[in-house]
Amino acid sequence: MSELVEKYDVIVVGAGHAGCEAALAAARLGMETIVFTVSVDSIALMPCNPNIGGSSKGHLVKELDALGGEMGKNIDKTFIQSKMLNASKGPAVHSLRAQADKQEYTRQMRMTMENTDHLTIRQAEVAEILVEMADREIRDEAEGKVDAKSRTDAAVGEREPIKKVTGIKTVSGAVYLAQSVILATGVYLNARCIYGEVSQYTGPNGLQAANHLTKSLIDQGIMIRRFKTGTPARVDKRSIDFSKMEEQFGDERIVPFSFTTDPDSVQIDQESCWLTYTNERTHEIIRENLSRSPLFSGVIEGTGPRYCPSIEDKVVKFPDKERHQVFVEPEGRYTNEMYLGGMSSSLPEDVQVAMYRTVPGLEKVKIVRNAYAIEYDCIDPNQLYATLEFKRIRGLFGAGQINGSSGYEEAAVQGLMAGINASRRIQNKKMIVLDRSQAYIGVLIDDLVTKENNEPYRMMTSRAEYRLLLRQDNADQRLTPIGYEIGLIDEERYRKLLEKQKQIETEINRLEHVTVGPSEKVQFFLQKHDSTLLKSGTTLSELVRRPELSYEAIAEIDEQRPFLSHEIAEQINIAIKYEGYIKRQNQQVKQFKKLENKKLVPGFDYSQIKGLRKEAVQKLNLYSPVSIGQASRISGVSPADISVLLVYLEQQKRRDR
Amino acid sequence: MSERTIAAISTALGSSGIGIVRISGERAVEVADRVFRKHSGKKLAECPSHTIHYGYIHDGETMIDEVLALVMRGPHSFTTEDTVEFDCHGGVYVVKRVLDTVLRNGAQPAEPGEFTKRAFLGGRMDLSQAEAVMELIQSQNEYALQASVRQLKGDVSEKIGQLRGDILHQLAFIEAALDDPEHYSLDGYDEKILDFAFRMEEELSGLIRSFENGRRMTEGIKTVIVGKPNAGKSSILNLLAGEERAIVTDVAGTTRDVLEEDIVLDGMNLRLLDTAGIRDTEDPVESIGVSRAWSHVKDADLILYVADSFSGIDEDDRRILSALDSQKTIVLLNKTDIEQISEKEINGISDQIRSVLGDFSPVLFSAKEKTGLDELKKKISDMFFAGQISFNDQIYITNARHKKLLDEARESIRLVKAGAKNHVSEDLYSIDLMDAYEKLGLILGEEVEDDLVDEIFRSFCMGK
Repeated sequence: MSELVEKYDVIVVGAGHAGCEAALAAARLGMETIVFTVSVDSIALMPCNPNIGGSSKGHLVKELDALGGEMGKNIDKTFIQSKMLNASKGPAVHSLRAQADKQEYTRQMRMTMENTDHLTIRQAEVAEILVEMADREIRDEAEGKVDAKSRTDAAVGEREPIKKVTGIKTVSGAVYLAQSVILATGVYLNARCIYGEVSQYTGPNGLQAANHLTKSLIDQGIMIRRFKTGTPARVDKRSIDFSKMEEQFGDERIVPFSFTTDPDSVQIDQESCWLTYTNERTHEIIRENLSRSPLFSGVIEGTGPRYCPSIEDKVVKFPDKERHQVFVEPEGRYTNEMYLGGMSSSLPEDVQVAMYRTVPGLEKVKIVRNAYAIEYDCIDPNQLYATLEFKRIRGLFGAGQINGSSGYEEAAVQGLMAGINASRRIQNKKMIVLDRSQAYIGVLIDDLVTKENNEPYRMMTSRAEYRLLLRQDNADQRLTPIGYEIGLIDEERYRKLLEKQKQIETEINRLEHVTVGPSEKVQFFLQKHDSTLLKSGTTLSELVRRPELSYEAIAEIDEQRPFLSHEIAEQINIAIKYEGYIKRQNQQVKQFKKLENKKLVPGFDYSQIKGLRKEAVQKLNLYSPVSIGQASRISGVSPADISVLLVYLEQQKRRDR
Repeated sequence: MSERTIAAISTALGSSGIGIVRISGERAVEVADRVFRKHSGKKLAECPSHTIHYGYIHDGETMIDEVLALVMRGPHSFTTEDTVEFDCHGGVYVVKRVLDTVLRNGAQPAEPGEFTKRAFLGGRMDLSQAEAVMELIQSQNEYALQASVRQLKGDVSEKIGQLRGDILHQLAFIEAALDDPEHYSLDGYDEKILDFAFRMEEELSGLIRSFENGRRMTEGIKTVIVGKPNAGKSSILNLLAGEERAIVTDVAGTTRDVLEEDIVLDGMNLRLLDTAGIRDTEDPVESIGVSRAWSHVKDADLILYVADSFSGIDEDDRRILSALDSQKTIVLLNKTDIEQISEKEINGISDQIRSVLGDFSPVLFSAKEKTGLDELKKKISDMFFAGQISFNDQIYITNARHKKLLDEARESIRLVKAGAKNHVSEDLYSIDLMDAYEKLGLILGEEVEDDLVDEIFRSFCMGK
């Protein structure tokens, strides 16, 4: 029997938000790339909420864009409403969120993929990963034996030997060989959709689940766990009485996601969303039918995200809340389907209809698609390095929901990083890891691979300790130079960034040196703004710093001001106004970097170090941190253990001399 | 390598009259110059390495102690960093104040084993000592943790825990509102947080004050009063506590059967514990008291054995005394006010005791007439300076660290106040709130982990 055998550089399993970014990144870096999907029609599908961005997720998209990813560009082409959240708050928590036209989003992404060189799209279910024993050299490196002097033969212990990936096999038996394979299987591994007593072994929207790959992963020693998530019903727009709801408009002036999108090109006619509320009657129906909910009856075993609770979860956990918000959002411009944000559920369909119909404006609502919960297999991400490569299987990467995250944006950024590193693995280049002080992407991935996550992980601004530095407005300044170095940002874009940075710097410098005195004009200006009058001369930057003034405001008394774009003016304003806070965070980052730069040998056996406590040895062996900094973030490793590690490192260093 | 300049008391306190406060790090000399006034008026910064200078430690305008300052510049010091050592003469209390002053002037309290760690990392110690260093760090840390938990009185840790919870709740609200602004609104929150910050600042100030006058740490010499029932133990406790009692904290109720008082006796901190009278008993409640008394005796620094001179030394006394460590025991012959007792009888009792404790003269004491107190004080301080009584000084650095952390937490709360007053955005002063939360957590030995995210989901209904 002859089988199809083809050879590629990079294989991507899955074409959701992680898979698309991974495949595009690899192909754009010159890798012959093939991406597998169970349905070409569902490329970049948005099976849940119709938005991109939002608090902290908007940051992720901006960062992805700054590195040369696609999501920002794609949503700029396909959004139907846009809002800057927290616009009245500090710049660090401004967050962009857009409503997407789902079909259009999928179509545009597919078009981009289809027209990218080196990229092949293939509809097929991947059933197996192909793996063989790694070469001696690779094994030594991965087992912490790089430094032969610092090891004993006991170092490897009883662990599985290091392997390397060689390709995949599809359900039909076709073999595709590649040095790098990226698993971006989303919620499709052994997926099961559940509402009420109904349970179907399919992916979202009745799409085919991937029922074979989990077994192959387990055979290769990968630990699997089971998560769940859920989605609300989609309903017919014509059956809704919008007069009973509050209309929610988009922003007047729209800001694009991508740094490359011309702001003037996105000032479109926007669609509205609508806000309504549940009430006591809704909650009563839910409570009466809890026994029929698979969540509470025990049919659902997977762990769900606390961030996206079902409406029955909310009613049970917050019994004192008299009402919950329901956001009614269009699924696209050319469909009557509306999404009922805030009311995801796995209750039986008769209960769903009854419960939705208690909500003002939904009294006669007709369901197009039921709400449901979905369970799926994913991995424990402590099996990955922060490069997203498996620690025990060279060349195999994980990205997106398979790594235990939730959300389109979280998936996309992992896809991008996995795509970059899978390519660099082949090119023999140094892996790229963003740290917690560089990007939300760094926080997300570090949290995934270093902390114990027992639910689908969602990004939140509170997770980023240096968030004043990790703003969405400066994502390009933080990351585009890195994207340029990687090869995903072209010369022109990079040059523009350098120019922008120079302009910012020059202008800040000017403001720090130009002084104004208590002239009539200045005093009049200050009085007008309720600001303290001047007694003697002061610099313009001092005036910008005053809470009641800003860079924009003082234009009146700043005679030599050059013309600068709005984006640049914003950067100048932020840099001066928040200088104190920014300095403090920079100081903290300096300390943080010191520990990040103290490298540990991955794969090292910590039971060799006598001074460590037992718990610390176990945790360090499990997580195999790459730096003292990462080790210090593992729960169960104490500050004293870190001191011990430092002493140990010093001992090794001296021994090698 | 050492970004922090650290300080600690580097001699075992109480084993000698001299205590050394050691400062190490880049800014060691600078910190030292802020508190040290050399006789000649010269700054230590101008003095050559490895020289000793005579002068005074000042806390602002107050002179604390007359000291010798030893300057050693890196790499020629134990830690290989710039180091200054103050040899203090004024006894335990004063050494502690010197350390406090140094910490308030820019040094950080040293972590357990940190001097040794720095010495090793600086290449000062032999490679073969690495393992010993690692073990030292771990064991000192263990001890500090114990000291921290055990020495912090229950009500204080409860209070700090509660303040911490309050801060976390505010933080969670801010974060919930920032994360889900369509759900939770921060409108008018400035007023609320100002109120909160005022209250929090006051609470922290109260705690700091109580730390400053030593109430919060049971850091004295653990002195256990033992004896048979009715020997007069309680009246001795009352006498010691009543006389010269600088600080008395009544912690009755923390244990049902042991009464505890902190006193200062001639500059020495004593933590007095009055135990249940020891005798064989069938009563289950009383026998619990007796076994607790024994367990306190076991880890006591100093034992005051009270015998009743009227009823004399009997078989029970003999049995108890034989189980005590004579090196750290003082026998008090109480009730010498009762006239019927002749000198001869007392000598007889003394002989009996001597036969048990060896070469030992008891202190004649009358709790009623308040006689014998001076002799007792002298005896304690003799034993203290002879090194018979010693106790672990890790407690001092722990206490200093706690106080410093409270100070820092209060400072962060003040920044929150300033931020809210200036209508700075909540996401900015939430950073200061988090700092305060972390600092208080360090006192309790708790790490931050995912507290905030957990609290957000516990208290607020989030997400779509």
